[in-house]
Amino acid sequence: MKRTLTIATGVAAAAMVASSAYAGTLQDVQARGMLSCGVSTGLPGFSELDKAGNMMGIDADVCRAVAAAVLGDASKVSFKPLTAKERFTALQSGEIDMLSRNTTWTHTRDTSLGLNFAGVNYYDGQGFMVKKALGLKSAKELGGATICLQAGTTTELNVSDYFAEHGMKYTLVAVETSAASRSAFDSGRCDVLTSDQSQLYSLRTKMDDPNSVVVLPEIISKEPLGPVVRQGDDQWFNIVRWTLYAQVNAEEMGVTSANADASKNSKNPGVKRLVGADPKNDTGAKLGLSADWSYNAIKQVGNYGEMFERNVGLKTPLAIARGKNALWTKGGLQYAPPIR
Amino acid sequence: MSEPNQIPNEATPSKTAIWNDPTFRSVAFQIIAAVAVGWFLYTIFSNTLTNMDNRGITTGFAFLSNTSGYGILMSLIDYDPSNTYGRTFFVGLLNTVLISVLGIFFATVVGFIVGVARLSNNWMIAKIATVYVETLRNIPLLLQILFWYHAVLAALPSPRESYTFGESVFLNKRGLYVPAPVPEDGFGYVTVAFLIALALIVSVARWAHKRQELTGQQFPTFFVSIGILIGLPGLVFLLAGLPMSLDYPALTGFNFRGGIPVIPELMALLWALTFYTAAFIAEIVRAGILGVSHGQSEAAHALGLRNGPTLRLVVVPQAMRIIIPPLTSQYLNLAKNSSLATAIGYPDLVAVFMGTTLNQTGQAVEIVAMTMAVYLIMSLVISSFMNWFNKRMALVER
Repeated sequence: MKRTLTIATGVAAAAMVASSAYAGTLQDVQARGMLSCGVSTGLPGFSELDKAGNMMGIDADVCRAVAAAVLGDASKVSFKPLTAKERFTALQSGEIDMLSRNTTWTHTRDTSLGLNFAGVNYYDGQGFMVKKALGLKSAKELGGATICLQAGTTTELNVSDYFAEHGMKYTLVAVETSAASRSAFDSGRCDVLTSDQSQLYSLRTKMDDPNSVVVLPEIISKEPLGPVVRQGDDQWFNIVRWTLYAQVNAEEMGVTSANADASKNSKNPGVKRLVGADPKNDTGAKLGLSADWSYNAIKQVGNYGEMFERNVGLKTPLAIARGKNALWTKGGLQYAPPIR
Repeated sequence: MSEPNQIPNEATPSKTAIWNDPTFRSVAFQIIAAVAVGWFLYTIFSNTLTNMDNRGITTGFAFLSNTSGYGILMSLIDYDPSNTYGRTFFVGLLNTVLISVLGIFFATVVGFIVGVARLSNNWMIAKIATVYVETLRNIPLLLQILFWYHAVLAALPSPRESYTFGESVFLNKRGLYVPAPVPEDGFGYVTVAFLIALALIVSVARWAHKRQELTGQQFPTFFVSIGILIGLPGLVFLLAGLPMSLDYPALTGFNFRGGIPVIPELMALLWALTFYTAAFIAEIVRAGILGVSHGQSEAAHALGLRNGPTLRLVVVPQAMRIIIPPLTSQYLNLAKNSSLATAIGYPDLVAVFMGTTLNQTGQAVEIVAMTMAVYLIMSLVISSFMNWFNKRMALVER
């Protein structure tokens, strides 16, 4: 009888544990004093360890901005490197608080995984990279090619759609990480490396000879990449979404990490609200955060433009132009609803 | 007179309370335990479903009939991206079965050769076998897979500069391409001849066995069998006018087309699994042979049997009883180790179904459960076959 009781207690405990991991991500993060953020296993410009062992990249900075807004300190992030295959399970199971890992926003992922996409921090599209020596000019000449890519991504589905649409055959070599797909391409296992274009530029910096390869002009898909949170915790969803929006609004209003303090004296009420200089400002309270949430994010991490230029912009090895990721006022797609 | 007395006699044991009755207690507690375990599992199961449902995670097996929409490197059955996720399961499953069967076959062959070689009287052969065993079984399998894939296969030339053997077999980074036989009209006769040859071999073997029992005369069954197996279908093949053509691989565009392609991932995984497991099998074989009392071979020699027949007829049959049980474990290990395929992108069940399909559908619980069930069933099949084989080989005392 004793054994039955033990089992019953165990079941009850399991039932309680399973149902308590709900909502309250904000409280969990505050209690822990640390934001647990899922990033990639190494993608230059997005999330990769630098020589000093710091996680660098535009995806990593999204995590830092949230940590700054929630905990007041951008350094309070514990980064969890995840492969494409691990990422959603890690978020669903509560191992991480948010996922910022060049993840494409799609219908299936948004509706059937119990997850929500909080915004778009990089508008991307899938491209193809080939060796210059092949002398190819267009992706339409790729019939019969062997293609390397990372398993478990939207990339796999886009390739299949594109080749079916153009009636071409292909052989697919799907490997675990993007680094492995690069080395397979580099070693000649396949003719083509395909991924989001930003990733191709990023992987090119790691090639044996970056000048021996060329990215073909075709972009075969839309890949809006952004941070992801668990469904059912609206407060946390709002925090992640509005931290990103605050950074985009900051760029639009000309507030940077350098002039964030000076902006407190701005005559523009919108700017004052953004940097928390308005005493009646309750934007933080509505998110369950302190009044200086957006100030902290901007001061410590910078606005969206700073984040972009620092990690993937023209002065970095990736040398990516703003393009679609420019502000809407400059012909791009980055548009944030107003903070008021 | 006896009846009234019997009633109290019978009633006496029933004074014991029913919960003190040993039979009742053992049955009741087993039922309670079974119900508790069942209830425990049910609670876990329904709890998982409810929680996933509450979080908006899709559950159920409906995804199996959805279109997969992604390509797979190698498939033994027809497959293209317009097929369903259910079919990706079978593609992965067959690739896993293929690597397991090939691996078990080659590991057994190599393992037996090395195991016997370690006991050789030739110093050189014995030392080479020892070095082989001690090296390969002490290097982690994953490293061996990566070694074969990256260090050896990646060093091969590109398709345009392939190594070629008589312009019909090609070897390059993309794999090994061998000509594919294409049967033409009349090939059916060859198949029939092959079946007849098989039947003939069985009857020859039976006749030879009977004759030996009656007269003591031996018959070279082995060589005669090989002669029948090759000769009869070969003769029919010639008479029918060579009804088969070869589909040669040819370089078109980026890659070789035609023939039978063997992808480098398969080769790397097969070599690694074979050589790694063979090292363990070699030790098992050595232990088995050493486990047969030396007196047995001395007795065989005394009867005038030479080394070959002594090993084949006296030592090995007895050694098999010692070898088979641990051999079964090695087969099971090999089948399960094949899931390391995912490290180099060989499209086995784990890489395809538990990898890409899981990621595209997000239905981790169902897919992981299905994959675990497959490995469980596969292992149970191997182990029940080996148990049957073990029973057959067991010492029959007369």
